[in-house]
Amino acid sequence: MSRIVIAIALLAMVSLAAFAKEAAPAADDPVLEKRLMALAADLRCLVCQNQTLAESPAGLADDLKNEMRAQMRRGASDQEVIDYLVARYGDFVLFRPPLKATTLGLWFGPAILLVIAIIAVWRSLARRRRGLADTPLTEAGRARAEALLGARGETEQP
Amino acid sequence: MIPELGHFSLILALLIAVAQALFPLVGAARGSLAWMSVARSASLGQLLFVAIAFVSLTYAFVSNDFSVLYVASNSNSALPLQYRIAAVWGGHEGSMLLWVLTLAAWTVAVAWFSRHLPEEFAARVVGVMGLISVGFIAFILFTSNPFARLFPAAADGRDLNPLLQDLGMGLHPPFLYMGYVGFSVAFAFAIAALLSGRLDATWARWSRPWTTLAWVFLTLGVAFGSWWAYYELGWGGWWFWDPVENASFIPWLSGTALIHSLAVTEKRGGFRGWTVLLAILTFSFSLIGMFLVRSGVLTSVHAFATDPVRGVFVLALIGILIGGALLLFAWRAQRIGLGGSFETVSRESMLLLNNALLVVAAASVLLGTLYPLALDALGAGKISVGRPYFETVFIPLMSLMLVLLGIGPIARWKKSSVRDLAIRLRWAFAVALLSAVLLPLAAARWSTAVSLGLLLAVWILASAVTDLLERVRPSRDAAGLFARLSANSRSHYGMLLAHIGVAVFVAGATLVENYESEKDVRMEIGDTVEVGGYIFQLQNITTVPGPNYSASRGEMRVTRDGAEVAVLYPEKRTYRMQQNPMTEAAIDRGFFRDLYVAFGEPLNPTTWIVRVYHKPFINFLWAGWLLMALGGLLAVCDRRYRIAVRKPILAPSAGALPHGAGGAVAG
Repeated sequence: MSRIVIAIALLAMVSLAAFAKEAAPAADDPVLEKRLMALAADLRCLVCQNQTLAESPAGLADDLKNEMRAQMRRGASDQEVIDYLVARYGDFVLFRPPLKATTLGLWFGPAILLVIAIIAVWRSLARRRRGLADTPLTEAGRARAEALLGARGETEQP
Repeated sequence: MIPELGHFSLILALLIAVAQALFPLVGAARGSLAWMSVARSASLGQLLFVAIAFVSLTYAFVSNDFSVLYVASNSNSALPLQYRIAAVWGGHEGSMLLWVLTLAAWTVAVAWFSRHLPEEFAARVVGVMGLISVGFIAFILFTSNPFARLFPAAADGRDLNPLLQDLGMGLHPPFLYMGYVGFSVAFAFAIAALLSGRLDATWARWSRPWTTLAWVFLTLGVAFGSWWAYYELGWGGWWFWDPVENASFIPWLSGTALIHSLAVTEKRGGFRGWTVLLAILTFSFSLIGMFLVRSGVLTSVHAFATDPVRGVFVLALIGILIGGALLLFAWRAQRIGLGGSFETVSRESMLLLNNALLVVAAASVLLGTLYPLALDALGAGKISVGRPYFETVFIPLMSLMLVLLGIGPIARWKKSSVRDLAIRLRWAFAVALLSAVLLPLAAARWSTAVSLGLLLAVWILASAVTDLLERVRPSRDAAGLFARLSANSRSHYGMLLAHIGVAVFVAGATLVENYESEKDVRMEIGDTVEVGGYIFQLQNITTVPGPNYSASRGEMRVTRDGAEVAVLYPEKRTYRMQQNPMTEAAIDRGFFRDLYVAFGEPLNPTTWIVRVYHKPFINFLWAGWLLMALGGLLAVCDRRYRIAVRKPILAPSAGALPHGAGGAVAG
């Protein structure tokens, strides 16, 4: 708060326009607006190419946002506003797909894939442990290895 | 005349590509040296003719030839020269031509630098790349011809999309295509290995620098896209999980798994089957990405003009190339065998887990991207899958991997013990935990997300430092510090640098997402707004004409504690041809924060809606990506790839080393 006072005081000294002031928030009710934008960030602009309602400059997006504001002012909760939109535009408007029978694969797919992957890794490790015995180095092999390593005069780092 | 020359040149290139594919591959199977040597000359010929085609198209753009349909759709006489050149790849047809040019150039590079490889193997690699070129050039000639004419010629063009009239256009697509094409080189190496039955540590050593280089380019391509979107789109966002973004990110994820798998194959001879599969997978992901972006099945601001014929063609291409590759893999798989053995706790097993996590992440992103399409195709309704889904799925997966990132590089090859690792990493863990607890408090606002993100980032950083300290610890032979430092290979430093890049990125992403602040305000001249401790004052609004637009430019003075920090000039541009207004954000970049100002709509001639953002540590994102790319580049320049063959090793005697242990040189 005091920062704002200092800012205004400074401005009073250097202001270029007669009525310089702290800019008003673009929205009439910043608290409501913050709530709206949080919701709008996860909603789809229906007439745009894959943009959120929050970012869209389209006319329909503005209309929808105004409708949402009106509902919130009337006291609707976040869920009620979302339900209102879904009732009119279907699940397409939600960027967080709802959990339904048709989206089970979507929501559980990654977890299932992870489990399958971990099982595959585990089995691969187990198979490797069981299946591979190191072949012992023969005398001739050891001599050849020493010749190669000695000739190059360097060892490889991990 | 010139466009027709370009068109003809492209047809010649196609024919040469057929020769480049046919003769070396058949020649390698038959052992005919004459046929195999067609590979190098054919690749040069292909590059020449594709280059002629590309130059003719560029000429058409630069000389404002609006009788060419593609030029008329993507250019304008008032478009500045540099954007007229960038407009060559501004649309689908031209960008495919850029892709093919990149492919031809890489083929020549591979042909040139593989002179020390066995003739048969090099011929196969170039031959497979020829096959890919045939597919792509045919795609251009039959479905996406940039040289199609327009009768009667347009008086002037429709102009390049204003969002693309920017430096980013010269960086993002070329680097991205270099990455995609580079992974087709990895694919060609894998197919050549399967065909020749030669799938060992030596093959991995040949393949690795090419693959890592491809990964570096793809990393930079994705990074440039993100950086460009940040300042161009005017909302300060840097990743939207847009389907087209995902189409480039999925191959990056599997490409990262591939370079790590190659490391094991090169060092220990293991993971051979996995490496080949990952090479095939990464290339298929880039083809699938190409399909998604160019076939019209996706809606995205990023998507190219749609045409179902193109989609069918690309699907056929995918079917042939990938189907063929997987069939070949299935046929040859039993010959591959297992490589060197390793324990349940070892660097190999951690890399295996790391790769599994990366592939699951790639598959999950693909799932989320394709699911709406699948549901729609099955008539089961329309849904949207966006940021909330991807963040819920991706972040936990990646967090697991990031924990591993701190342990893996410290673990020893073949056999490591949990106790040993815990002892060596105890300080790293302590530092990480301390930072995770103290740093968010120091920022005066606790956030669990920040704490977790910083825990992971500092963990990785501390682990890298631990590794470095261990390696420069004074040794028994009392070598000096410099000697101890240079005893480590460049590829090791590259790895450390790239991993530190990941840590920097994670730190930046966590901090900016949780600590950024924004204000949307109505501003008249003289008004001020305070964000993040900075005071923004609108001094002036002027009208500024541009070469092909008219702009309203604001002058925004930024001060902090009375001292001037910057003067920013955000603009709202209206381009003459495409009437939609575009906002050009003004950014004051700094190490610790970006100050971002963007104009919204004008409410009346003297009042504008202005969005002001304070974005702390956002430059860590770009720095992280850059460090990753630099790390990869350092690894590519490792000495062992450039040591010339001094004398050939004679054929092994009767008591030779067994096959699998050939790569087990490191301790």
